Amino acid sequence: MAEQERIQKQRTERDADTTQDVNVDATKGDQLKAELDDLLDEIDEVLEENAEEFVRNYVQKGGE
Amino acid sequence: MAIAKVLGIETEYGIAGGPDMDPITASSIIVNAYAQQGRTRINWDFHGETPELDARGLPGLTSFAPVVETHLANTVLTNGARLYVDHAHPEYSSPECRSPLEATLFDLAGEEVMRRALVVANETLDQEYAITLYKNNSDGKGNSYGTHENYLVSREVDFSNVIRAMVPHFVSRQIIVGAGKVGSETDHGHDADPAFQLSQRAEFFEEVVGLETTLKRPIINTRDEPHSDAERFRRLHVIIGDANLSQVATFVKLGSTALLLAALEDEGPEGFPSLPRHPVRAVRAYSLDTSLKAVEICEDNLWRSAWDFQDQLWELATAYVNKSGGDAVGDEAEVTMILSQWREMLDGVRDDPEIVADRVDWVAKQRIVNGIRERYDLDAHDAKLRAIDLQYHDLRPEKSLAQRVGLKSLLRVDEVREAVHNAPRTTRAYFRGQCVARYPDQIAAANWDSVVFDLGEGPLQRVPMMDPLRGTAALTEDLLEVSSTADELLQALDR
Repeated sequence: MAEQERIQKQRTERDADTTQDVNVDATKGDQLKAELDDLLDEIDEVLEENAEEFVRNYVQKGGE
Repeated sequence: MAIAKVLGIETEYGIAGGPDMDPITASSIIVNAYAQQGRTRINWDFHGETPELDARGLPGLTSFAPVVETHLANTVLTNGARLYVDHAHPEYSSPECRSPLEATLFDLAGEEVMRRALVVANETLDQEYAITLYKNNSDGKGNSYGTHENYLVSREVDFSNVIRAMVPHFVSRQIIVGAGKVGSETDHGHDADPAFQLSQRAEFFEEVVGLETTLKRPIINTRDEPHSDAERFRRLHVIIGDANLSQVATFVKLGSTALLLAALEDEGPEGFPSLPRHPVRAVRAYSLDTSLKAVEICEDNLWRSAWDFQDQLWELATAYVNKSGGDAVGDEAEVTMILSQWREMLDGVRDDPEIVADRVDWVAKQRIVNGIRERYDLDAHDAKLRAIDLQYHDLRPEKSLAQRVGLKSLLRVDEVREAVHNAPRTTRAYFRGQCVARYPDQIAAANWDSVVFDLGEGPLQRVPMMDPLRGTAALTEDLLEVSSTADELLQALDR
């Protein structure tokens, strides 16, 4: 096998592997993203409406 | 042999609302609401409270000694806990527990007590005065309140060795048990201007060692108030933790600390990692670095990240358990679980935080903060992100974000319900809780190390409990079962 071909073949194999990995990761990534999106929807629903006022009004005296 | 690591957590809850927007009034309403449910009317007894005593044997050198307030709502629960108003917060101090998992259970019981108190209190208040409670440690405006752990330590351990051994753990454990915070709220925190940091509490620490809890907070608190036989015991009072919503985080926080203390008792401080040269700088710098790459120079001239410290401490604890078994902390299954969860959380935060978003509070919180930030393209300091931070800790089920992010449970709901009413069977909390439940009308007061009876005639009678491992179900259940009155109990105890 010529040097050039061997490198070519290695590259092809590597490319194939890489492509496959990306696919698996993409699927897993999509799932995680979808889960996070659902969670963020839920958080949006229960989050205090006026965040500015809610945060401003929360003032504590130190404790301990 | 290391002594049993009897332990517990005291939590001051953040509070908003109430008549006059006065937190002391609101806190009293919460404590009284729970007391008036009929579960308890027993007063706390301040005999033996000496928060000004210093474990270093010196008087408080820095400024004021802490003050005990005796006039505020203050009560003992049938589960052995103390529920009271501390300064301007309602506080639940868990009963003494015999293992980290048990202490996690009774910390959860505390959340449930607060939730029930909140419902009862709000039924009596106009909606505009409705109270809300938060299991957190700061208001985002520079005011902090505490979540304090307590561990029983042998008096034989020199306090300087406690400092030598435990500082590395207390500055670094936040990478797995920090509760996370949006932004900063102290001058030096503002200098760094972080979008997010690991810990609620880290930026409030100013000293390495000291007696204070509210000013110049120290990494190692020297309060020497053992609430037990001072000849034999210390109570290490740890003020540097965050309140955790993750059960696993609470468990690992308690378990890792207890194992390291047991290792210190059995093997001395020599095997512990070298201290950072500037512990206060370290605890703050580590908190500010969510990449976990920040390193600090140590006394042995090596640079360590918080992760490096935790890795080394995990190795030390594991070697200790392999050699000595870890009986002082818990049974074999529980100790194995402490080490495995601790390891998983450590590897997770370094390699793939997503994997431990079900266990590590700061990771779970940061995930939703970043998610909302990206979704609406918000500035790092947007009020909406601070609202998420605050609402993560909201105790109300309909508002709590922590209850929605998929945190793993270690304990069942029915176990928690049980622990709201019934004390651990493994420590003197059992005797205290049973006395409160069985003879409420004949108890004048109770505290950590005694129960005071008022039989109507003659002087008050104090039953001392100077050993946290006496007064257990094994030692007192039979006696309590056959004593239908406090009078009979006291006569039986006299025999």
